[in-house]
Amino acid sequence: MKKEDLDKLAKLSRLSITDEEKEKLALEFDSILGYVSEIEKVSVGERILEAGPLRNVMREDGEPHESGLYTKAILNNAPDTEDGYLKVKQVF
Amino acid sequence: MSVDLNKLIIEEALKGLSNGDFSSVDLVKSSLNIISEKEGDIHAYLEVFDDAIEQAKKADEERKNGGKGMLLGIPLAVKDNILIEGRRVTAASKILEGYVAPYDATVIKQLKKEGAIFIGRTNMDEFAMGGSTENSAFGVTKNPHDLSRVAGGSSGGSAAAVAMGSVLGALGSDTGGSIRQPASLCGVVGLKTTYGSVSRFGLMAMGSSLDQIGPFAKTVGDAEILFKAISGHDEMDSTSLPDDFYKTESKKDKLVIGVPRNFIFTEGIDKEVLSNFEKSLNLLEKSGAEIKDIDLPSLKHSLAVYYILMPAEASTNLARFDGVRFGLSEDGGDVLGSYMKTRGDGFGREVRRRIMLGAYVLSSGYYDAYYNKANGVRALINDDFKKAFSSVDIIATPTSPVPAFKIGEKSEDPLSMYLADIFTVPVNLAGVPAISIPSGFTEEKLPLGIQFIAGHDREGILFELGKKFESIRE
Repeated sequence: MKKEDLDKLAKLSRLSITDEEKEKLALEFDSILGYVSEIEKVSVGERILEAGPLRNVMREDGEPHESGLYTKAILNNAPDTEDGYLKVKQVF
Repeated sequence: MSVDLNKLIIEEALKGLSNGDFSSVDLVKSSLNIISEKEGDIHAYLEVFDDAIEQAKKADEERKNGGKGMLLGIPLAVKDNILIEGRRVTAASKILEGYVAPYDATVIKQLKKEGAIFIGRTNMDEFAMGGSTENSAFGVTKNPHDLSRVAGGSSGGSAAAVAMGSVLGALGSDTGGSIRQPASLCGVVGLKTTYGSVSRFGLMAMGSSLDQIGPFAKTVGDAEILFKAISGHDEMDSTSLPDDFYKTESKKDKLVIGVPRNFIFTEGIDKEVLSNFEKSLNLLEKSGAEIKDIDLPSLKHSLAVYYILMPAEASTNLARFDGVRFGLSEDGGDVLGSYMKTRGDGFGREVRRRIMLGAYVLSSGYYDAYYNKANGVRALINDDFKKAFSSVDIIATPTSPVPAFKIGEKSEDPLSMYLADIFTVPVNLAGVPAISIPSGFTEEKLPLGIQFIAGHDREGILFELGKKFESIRE
């Protein structure tokens, strides 16, 4: 795999990766992709993977639990908050 | 009263507790003693909970008041990717250092209801990605049978915690063998449950079409008790199946065990593994089972299919770790820079590798050739199993192609590590249950395991055959 491809993949994956690691990854990807490419030769025909019998797993509309029950525990795990909101960097 | 946890199984401990031979506090004290003696060498745990004795006191109190929980007062360990409310949980990743679970996983709720004691959270490969726990951000777990070797993975900490005698059972998760392989390498029982039979609410997701929670124990009977405690329909997990979803077929008069010889007896499988497997088959035949050769022609593609689908699903699941909502957060200047720095610093090498591999097989130019094709081949593998289970009750294979390997032996070559999943991965692709049971030792005294696979929702027949096998093995 070429370095440009790895640069693109790293960006798509939102991962900052050193050039040194990219060089290693290029070799590892070649060996892994070389192995998994064996499925190219398998003839699948019209066979597709079925999800199994479909059934409704949605709940009825309504309050699943008392409002705010988990808010504190969840916000306590957030790196940065303000007035009960997650604080993020300026987007534009 | 003093009691040695190492010499007990759950069934005996429950009897002892109910007879008043010892208390849950005694059991937990023994557990903590064993941990202080062996944990420094083995490193099965990421945290030993400081309230274990308190939990045991409560259990003893409850028993006095007539409490009838199935696991009342029994000390267990839990893999570090399953949430216990108010406790830290990291999936052995730096990206979740300091994270505190805001709720109980459903399996934890069920175990609490049955009165279990949680001794600690166990080490694992980061986000369950690996087969040796070498990918933990917090150091490797060593095999209690040989400290120079791995305990297997990804649930290596849970397997080692049971094998070293520090708990009577443990929970793990199994995406491609992560319960069965470490169970085999550490000489304990490990059960991968039917897809949809145990709720995954509160389990950190890796490959959502494959992941399943299951128990470790010293005996098949104990694994059965734990399975009963954690299984059942849960509306919080949309993949959880109603209890009567699969019609269970009736068993044949004589138990028929299918052996896919073409798949098992190939290059790269350890000779001692194969000879031990043959011995086990002979014993089973002598005990009255019919052993039948079967052909599962598509199974040879399982690993290739798995190492396409699993990274694809993992890369999607791990997109949530963005440094905004929880866990590590690094400043990389702007929004994109902060995502990239947080994820680049917080995830370990194997996790980064799989996320990028997943992004690759899902990218527009390669989606059809890899992801779609892999799903097609997965369907063929499922067809193979379906066909096989119309003529056999059980399929048997070794659990792992090799006994416990040396620490560092495979860590520099990801593909050689992936190949160690060869016998366990097909089971996850088909969503069927399978159990690994100790089947003997190598000349170097390393444990070996046999894997029994059954059709959907047929854990019952695995327990039945498993108990029989325990009574006849060498």
